[in-house]
Amino acid sequence: MTRERRLSWINGLLLPFLNVLTAFIATAIVFILIGVDPIEATKILIYGALGYDEGLGYTLYYATNFVFTGLAVAVAFHAGLFNIGGEGQAYVGGLGTAIVALYLNPALSAWIVIPLAISGGLLFGALWAIIPAYLQAYRGSHIVITTIMFNFLASALMVYVLVNVLREVGEMSPESADFIKASWLPFVHDVFASFGYKIAKSPLNLSILVALFFSGLVWFFLWHTRWGYAIRAVGKSNDAAVYGGINPKKIIIVTMCISGALAGLVGINELMGVQHRLFLNFNYGYGFGGIAVALMGRNHPVGILIAAFLFGILYQGGAELDFELQNVSRDIVVVMQGLVILFCGGLEYLYRPILIRFLAPIEATE
Amino acid sequence: MTESNIAIELINVDKHFGAVHANDKVNLSVQTGTIHGIVGENGAGKSTLMSILYGFYQADSGQIKVFNKDFRAISSKQSIEAGIGMVHQHFMLVDNFTVLENVVLGSEGGALISESLANARIELTRLAKEYGLEVDLDVAIEDLSVGMQQRVEILKGLYKGAKVLILDEPTGVLTPQESDELFRIFEALKKQGVTIILITHKLREIMSITDNVSVMRAGKMVAHRETSKTNPEELAELMIGRKVLLNIKKSKAKSGSPALIAKNLEIMNEQGLKRVSDVSFEARSGEILGIAGVTGNGQGTLLKALAGILPISKGSIEIMGETITSNNTLNPEQLRNLGVAHVPEDRQRMGMISEFTASETALLGYHNDKTINQGVWLKRASVKANCESMMEAFDVRPSNPNLMSSNFSGGNQQKLILAREFERDPDLLIIGQPTRGVDIGAIEFIRKRIIEMRDAGKAIILISVELEEIMSLSDRIVVMCDGEITGTVNGSDADEATLGMMMANALESEDSLKGAKV
Repeated sequence: MTRERRLSWINGLLLPFLNVLTAFIATAIVFILIGVDPIEATKILIYGALGYDEGLGYTLYYATNFVFTGLAVAVAFHAGLFNIGGEGQAYVGGLGTAIVALYLNPALSAWIVIPLAISGGLLFGALWAIIPAYLQAYRGSHIVITTIMFNFLASALMVYVLVNVLREVGEMSPESADFIKASWLPFVHDVFASFGYKIAKSPLNLSILVALFFSGLVWFFLWHTRWGYAIRAVGKSNDAAVYGGINPKKIIIVTMCISGALAGLVGINELMGVQHRLFLNFNYGYGFGGIAVALMGRNHPVGILIAAFLFGILYQGGAELDFELQNVSRDIVVVMQGLVILFCGGLEYLYRPILIRFLAPIEATE
Repeated sequence: MTESNIAIELINVDKHFGAVHANDKVNLSVQTGTIHGIVGENGAGKSTLMSILYGFYQADSGQIKVFNKDFRAISSKQSIEAGIGMVHQHFMLVDNFTVLENVVLGSEGGALISESLANARIELTRLAKEYGLEVDLDVAIEDLSVGMQQRVEILKGLYKGAKVLILDEPTGVLTPQESDELFRIFEALKKQGVTIILITHKLREIMSITDNVSVMRAGKMVAHRETSKTNPEELAELMIGRKVLLNIKKSKAKSGSPALIAKNLEIMNEQGLKRVSDVSFEARSGEILGIAGVTGNGQGTLLKALAGILPISKGSIEIMGETITSNNTLNPEQLRNLGVAHVPEDRQRMGMISEFTASETALLGYHNDKTINQGVWLKRASVKANCESMMEAFDVRPSNPNLMSSNFSGGNQQKLILAREFERDPDLLIIGQPTRGVDIGAIEFIRKRIIEMRDAGKAIILISVELEEIMSLSDRIVVMCDGEITGTVNGSDADEATLGMMMANALESEDSLKGAKV
């Protein structure tokens, strides 16, 4: 194996694996500190997430959201932009979906309504990202700061819209009316049932296919089109991109729109797939989780699918832990998530020098 | 020579970087109070060797003695304590600190800085007098010329007690006159017993200033010579292991019609500072127009404007019938479509993307080209084939399109960039520093290709800080200083002294301490 190949294996697989492992070891230490047997906890977590139909359904349902937000962060990252605003873009994207799904003529076919509702999510997510993108490209305001602020703005906007505009007369809680039936994405258990297979009910719905579709699309777009080339060029070297006739300002705008649009798809899963109405904080935590997913998945769609699945396991398994164990609350998931970000993001290259040193004698003999 | 006369001794120093054998059992002994030159091609291992001496890297094996004491540096701290000072190619100075503050940096002493500053002032005044290194201690670094900044670096080393000074390519950023000044300082330092190790690839400097010279090639120390008993031809041959032809023979230019006419150009750089003013010239087909000047006198800004990267604020450029003004700009892609190729000055940052594969770097600027796109699809196979044919035409090694651009040597990176720009059959070539950081073998190759393009009737604008390069390639030379053209000469009439004077135009008219703002 050449040195080249070996380094790409180290960077691509071995490092992320070791980083995740370290995060889990750190989590185990946290468990011990709060008086929980980590092995017992792992068993509960794994069984809860993967051990039975319903658990697996929940895991994949959570994973779907993480795929969308993970892709969103990754696309921006390839242009050198750190989009922290997935949370807000997902939230406002949900509004776009809701507007279509609430006000279209209920008699229309699902084949028309569903694509339109998805487009609504894409469009509103993109719109919510375009202002920070403009400020970054033409005014020099840092995208990290502006996207964080836009998360708060999204929060406030959605409360206003839900309380004052979409809330039904006589209804106390801030949520919209039910979406028209044609916009409902079928549950996977219903689809299976129609083919005669019976599986347990779970919120898993066909938006997981949408997630897979967009993963493929992002892969194709980034590595097999001239636009993807331009985006990656800007991300790797602004000067070289300018030299190559690429306008980084335009790339920032376009990339952030794509990024926001992908985040805006969270509403497909949560709203069209499960709840069939718009409500407060349906996006909660997925935008930030997407950052960890993208970091762990090394900004590659395949890595993101794997990382999103892992995060699905953590979410669903964490819920089971909360249920089964007395002194564990669901917040343990946030702790794990934080540790994954720490070790996959902040300490990305922690083991690299050791690995390189370990490999040096092997290389010397070649 | 007696034992005690040796300042630095390296015995069988060996260093691997992964599979690369950067230093292969290197032996070197440098006598106290001499100027010792180390020459070698890029990648020969000179910088690695000096970095080991300065504590940036540790040798895998071998022994180092400094003033006859065993020495092993794990950081630059030990090296400084042992009396070794280093002046890097890129200065390690804080731009908005004064000279005094920069010198004290890293040895501030207590919590309060005023006392150490006062002590430093006394000590520096003494040093400056002793070695003829006068610098105004209270001027901010950013207001000093490059030559002056270099003095500060040397002072910094001496202040920290350096008895051995290592200088890495110190004249790369200096005018010939400034270089001479530097060499005078070397002589003064030598008289006071300071040992100087000069790393360079300019044989002229080795010949004129050093006492001894060591030659490195491919990680090995291949020869030690007394400078007075060798000559540049022998050194060049030792460096690359075969005879080289540095002065390339070329026929007389057959100048055709003007391909580019620049009229009264005024250009601001990225920071909005005026770097080029009232510059006019024309480049004709079948001719190489050389633009000479010390780095940072506006040539780089001019180059970027000609390539469409920077807008012009006054004047006009006529290219292939199009007129570019401050209102009517063309971007780099539009210029490429007109037949303008651009080899940028900064290969690493602009000419390529180090984290892209070679085939992707070979695409830079041409990613919208019809031959490699089909609908939305960027045809990977065509991209690869494209890169393979470039690699063959320009002898890029290793000829692997999937290798990361950063893993090629400087010479091969440059060949790939030239291939990309030359192979599209442009009418006008704008070439910046074609052979900077490129090994001698590749220099010969690149210069021949440039002449071939000229002979094929292309118009070529060449910007280089290497006077020797400008003189050996150009048919006409314009010299820039402080953003203005200070002279025009025919290639055949040019000599180094005249060009040097033109390049230093501003140095003479201004206060020499503050110098030309660079």
